[in-house]
Amino acid sequence: MGATMTQKILSSKVGREVESGEHVVVDVDLVYAHDGTAPLAIDVLERMGLGVESPGRVVFTIDHAAPAPHAEAAALHLQMRAFASRHGIRIFDVGQGISHQVIPESGLVSPGMVVIGADSHTVTLGAYGSFATGVGSTDAAIAMARGRIWLRIPEVMAIRLEGRLREHVMARDAILEIIGRLGSDGANYMAVEFLGSAVEAMSVDSRVVLSNMSVEMGAKVGLVPVDSTTIRWLEERGVSAEPLAPDGDAEYDYEHVLNAGEIKPNVALPGNVDRVVPVEEREGVPVNEVFIGSCSGGRFEDFLQAARILRGRRVREGVRCIAAPASRNIYESLAESGLLAELVRSGCVVGPPTCGPCIGAHMGILGPGEVVASTSTRNFPGRMGHPTSQIYLVSPLTAAATAVRGQLTDPGRFVS
Amino acid sequence: MIRGRVIKYGDDVDTDVIIPARYLKHGADPQVLKEHAMEDLDPEFGSKVRERTIIVAGRNFGCGSSREQAPLALKYAGVRAILAESFARIFFRNAINVGLPVMEVPGISEAVEDGDEVEVDLERGLVRVLGRGGERVLRGTRIPEFLMEILEAGGLVPYLRRRFHAEDSPDTG
Repeated sequence: MGATMTQKILSSKVGREVESGEHVVVDVDLVYAHDGTAPLAIDVLERMGLGVESPGRVVFTIDHAAPAPHAEAAALHLQMRAFASRHGIRIFDVGQGISHQVIPESGLVSPGMVVIGADSHTVTLGAYGSFATGVGSTDAAIAMARGRIWLRIPEVMAIRLEGRLREHVMARDAILEIIGRLGSDGANYMAVEFLGSAVEAMSVDSRVVLSNMSVEMGAKVGLVPVDSTTIRWLEERGVSAEPLAPDGDAEYDYEHVLNAGEIKPNVALPGNVDRVVPVEEREGVPVNEVFIGSCSGGRFEDFLQAARILRGRRVREGVRCIAAPASRNIYESLAESGLLAELVRSGCVVGPPTCGPCIGAHMGILGPGEVVASTSTRNFPGRMGHPTSQIYLVSPLTAAATAVRGQLTDPGRFVS
Repeated sequence: MIRGRVIKYGDDVDTDVIIPARYLKHGADPQVLKEHAMEDLDPEFGSKVRERTIIVAGRNFGCGSSREQAPLALKYAGVRAILAESFARIFFRNAINVGLPVMEVPGISEAVEDGDEVEVDLERGLVRVLGRGGERVLRGTRIPEFLMEILEAGGLVPYLRRRFHAEDSPDTG
């Protein structure tokens, strides 16, 4: 019987063949935490009088409320900087980017690594073939101190996306389709492996969206096979890598197959990420805000797609369209390619790299009853602002079409 | 044995409603967390939890972000145990780490009404429901032994502290 990607990575880490259900202790290759979770991890380390065993394997990012929207956040940032400098920990400070983007961009991730992040969207790094999973601050602190963590070997689910996505359909629509079908706990505790010809055809910017959102159905990790596309991306960032894929006869605990060509632009309705319907069924819902950004929808390709619709058009009067690149590198690429000017010209407010709007921290907080169409990660009540505000999760193409018309709009009206 | 009356919720209670990110700007200030726990889902939670200390819920309790402030907020508010059909992975781990007992109990949301009294035996994985419809016992998923040790110590920090202490001073360990 062949091995899944999950088994390959974890067996090689543990040094013997592992089976789902067993608990193992593994060495951690990288641990990271941000300004929402690092302060609590620092408290844990200080309370226990623990140091950091291998500071080279620890990274801090200041991305959740960055630049600081209030003095309280600024104080937490200070605490992080002081701790990082005392222990020799690398810190990506204000403006450098969202952890899940700036860390791989900086060449810190390679296939086969075990990565622990004090953030649920750490699963994003599964797109680079690393076993990357989110934990809380205490777990992260102990991993920082001791360089190890206990894990339960998860069951493995294969999701095969076969065929070709249509021209106005993005990876984002595909993952919403999958979450809609499986439910918000459809992959709880499991490792998910995204396979199939549609995934093979995707860019790295698209693949990360699949991995990123896998946590919205409870996944512990969202892996994508490492192929020439991944290897090229990593090599451009100074990382050498070998292909890593499941064996052809790998046996999965669960398996789902989707026809990519049938997927439509999708929207997750306010309240829960698994409330998914085609955008065409909800066209006309008026919006106050559009947000294009976050670790889920703020990469170069996302803005390139949005610009296909925004170019030469204007954001509808009365709608604020906020764009926030996920990293400084992306920001720079937008500037160099001319896309930044196009976004600004069409009426977008282009902000710094930050998680801010996605978690209602700053830069676009919603007021009572306001409606947003967003490329971010979650739509739970109150996440982006007032508890009565409404979050519709969409692709960057749908977000752009919605910004232009001021109401939920199928991007097929502009792009086909 | 943990005994108390129940506050009941549905499926997919997410970390954004357990403690909204807008209250995390102080890090993890117990007073702030305690005051605002669950307020977006149930504005009455603060007064309910004074008399009822066990949460019963449906599937996927604690889905969403990895914020450890979520189980902390419930613990600081006075919650003594959470019984649910299922938990989201990170929340489950965080709850154990901060010393808040959690147990998966299939059928619990059918068997228990808001306000019922229950008795939780974590070690044996049993829940005795002392409801209006008489007494019945439900079987939950027993917490693995090494996680029970963490819970008994009051969380991962006191647990490890105790272990490190034992390692460092073998005479007293």
